Amino acid sequence: MENKTLFTVTIFSENTAGLLSQVTSVFTRRQLNIETLSVSPSALEGIHKFTVTTFSTEEEIEKVVKQIDKKVDILKAYFNTDDELVHQEIALYKLATSEFLRIPSVEELIRKYNAQILDITETYVVIQKTGHYAETQSLFKELSGLIGVLQFIRSGRVAITKSKTERLSDMLQKLDKKQK
Amino acid sequence: MSKEITGSEALILSLLSEGVDTIFGYPGGAIMPVFDCLYDYRNKINHILVRHEQGATHAAEGYARTSGKVGVALVTSGPGATNTITGIADAMIDSTPMIVISGQVASSLLGSDAFQEADVVGISQPVTKWAYQIRRPQDIAWAVARAFYIAASGRPGPVLLDITKDAQFGKVANYEYKKASFIRSYQPIPEVNISAIEEAAKLINQAKKPYALVGQGVILGGAEKELLAFLEKAGVPAASTVLGLSAVPTDHPLHVGMLGMHGNLGPNKKTNECDVLIAIGMRFDDRVTGDLKTYAKQAKVIHFDIDPAEIDKNVYAHVKVLGDAKETLAAVTEKIEKNSHQEWLQEFRACDQREYDAVIKHELYPTTGQLKMGEVIRKVSEATDNKAVLVTDVGQHQMMGVRYFKYSQSRSVVTSGGLGTMGFGLPAAIGAKYGTPDRTICLFVGDGGIQMTIQELGVIMQYGVNVKIILLNNHFLGMVRQWQELFFEERYSETVMTNPDFVKISNAYNIPARKVETREELDEAIADMLNHDGAYLLDVQVETKGMVYPMMPAGTCVTNILLGNE
Repeated sequence: MENKTLFTVTIFSENTAGLLSQVTSVFTRRQLNIETLSVSPSALEGIHKFTVTTFSTEEEIEKVVKQIDKKVDILKAYFNTDDELVHQEIALYKLATSEFLRIPSVEELIRKYNAQILDITETYVVIQKTGHYAETQSLFKELSGLIGVLQFIRSGRVAITKSKTERLSDMLQKLDKKQK
Repeated sequence: MSKEITGSEALILSLLSEGVDTIFGYPGGAIMPVFDCLYDYRNKINHILVRHEQGATHAAEGYARTSGKVGVALVTSGPGATNTITGIADAMIDSTPMIVISGQVASSLLGSDAFQEADVVGISQPVTKWAYQIRRPQDIAWAVARAFYIAASGRPGPVLLDITKDAQFGKVANYEYKKASFIRSYQPIPEVNISAIEEAAKLINQAKKPYALVGQGVILGGAEKELLAFLEKAGVPAASTVLGLSAVPTDHPLHVGMLGMHGNLGPNKKTNECDVLIAIGMRFDDRVTGDLKTYAKQAKVIHFDIDPAEIDKNVYAHVKVLGDAKETLAAVTEKIEKNSHQEWLQEFRACDQREYDAVIKHELYPTTGQLKMGEVIRKVSEATDNKAVLVTDVGQHQMMGVRYFKYSQSRSVVTSGGLGTMGFGLPAAIGAKYGTPDRTICLFVGDGGIQMTIQELGVIMQYGVNVKIILLNNHFLGMVRQWQELFFEERYSETVMTNPDFVKISNAYNIPARKVETREELDEAIADMLNHDGAYLLDVQVETKGMVYPMMPAGTCVTNILLGNE
């Protein structure tokens, strides 16, 4: 990889069917692998927010974002690097209850990582850890080495920009004026 | 309007509200309610029954390209819809405003692999500006209004509307049509940035060797007058991309020719000698730029475009002038000083002389040997007073056509530039004629391309469409053969064609035709064709191993130009 950085692409769209594949196809055409993807309703009613991370160069990600922004149902797309964002991922780990009880140092690990126990049954324990990729990955490694992990799942990234306002609301205000 | 109408009628009324007078289509199960309704409106909407749905899309493209209006194609679900994909992709890459309306199975059957069901919205999404499925009759008027607005505004392009059969049958209680002019998430024309205009003017005023590249954006934006005013005030030599041709008349003193792989010598070479490169409504396609690493590195680039995604896509622009060319060109013209660059212009003319001696003379004025493509094209162009519309298919004849045909007014070239779609020519010529009924339509087509959509001769027969078909027949897939000769050691893999008797085929469709084999009979044959009131086919036997020169081999530098036997 020639000097690729992890970029977070944020996309605001109308809530119309079929937009996800339109967005992902722009990455596919340029042969960019999507590292994480998360889609949810935004703070603004009727508007959806996509958060996509991918390794790319600034030159290329700029072109990708313009191609996405150009789609009719996309309101706004932009990209950021990690230092411009507060971001988080969530990971769940399923462990065997028997092992969990047998090895006391698991507790220390949970404390060290500030993880939470969500569910305990006779057969399994589910632990939750929120944090950056490196943190959830590191806990996975330690747990695997210590007692083994039965199942592991990690969410896509969610991110908030460090700038003051959500840039979309400014744009929508301008558009409202334009329509009137 | 208080009475109930069907979704199909709402569709037809919506089309009428948008000023649609011609539709190219083909019926089938899932679009039958619309065709049934069309029967009631046959005096208001002229439906042209094509012979294959691909033909409907290319005809709609031809119509749009000559008329400047949105072309409309109407097809059924499944195979009817999938057959339009090539035409839709062609319209996408060439920014042609077109709406394809496809029938779809009833909404209750969607996703069940019903008869003639295909996910055409999903299939077409990567090659449309907008693709939308209508499942309720009351959504039809809204969706059609949006479709026309999106197809025609900003950088134009194709839109697909997929209408389920129950939406066509269903009733609409309060039909009302409102044209669309605003979509919150879609801003077709970026705001003009005054400082970019000022910067551009400053660069142009300081330039010693300014050079303008004219693309189709000028024609799409109706900015031909503004372009001429700009070029003449700044005294800037201007070359055209293939699709930009005819924005400036061929004989204009500042017009220096065509760009690209088979463009003129001067326009390509001077790209790497100018000091300010002014790109107007063009997208630096690889067939124009060759190797980007060596492209115009010495120049400051000013890029005028309506589509922000084109800026810096292939070539970095020092000055980015976003907006409608009609507006931005006028604004820049106001700020520049009257200028002239005669010495610089003469440098282009010197290249012209070299190209003339090495290539053009032999191609246009041969006295011995087999007929050449170039001489046929020149003669047809001259015989029409250079006033006809050139339509081409794709290949050697296309490059010869755009090179040697002459243009005296805008919208005189209909060709598949970006996608390079063989089979485009014949149906596009039909559409082009409907788009501009008063102009002469000259279709140049190869023996390969014509056979990809030859069934559309049936349309010419049925409706008496007056198109002049000049088949440049070399019994080869000529452009591929040329590459095989130059780059594949003359290994002619699958490029020889055993052809049918095209005169007989033409006659079977009741289209008069004539075979031309010698130079002596060419003038008379062209006169016969043009004087005939109606369609006519000339099967011109041209040299089998002709070459299109000049040629800049793919991916090389714009100054690396082959001239053949200089």
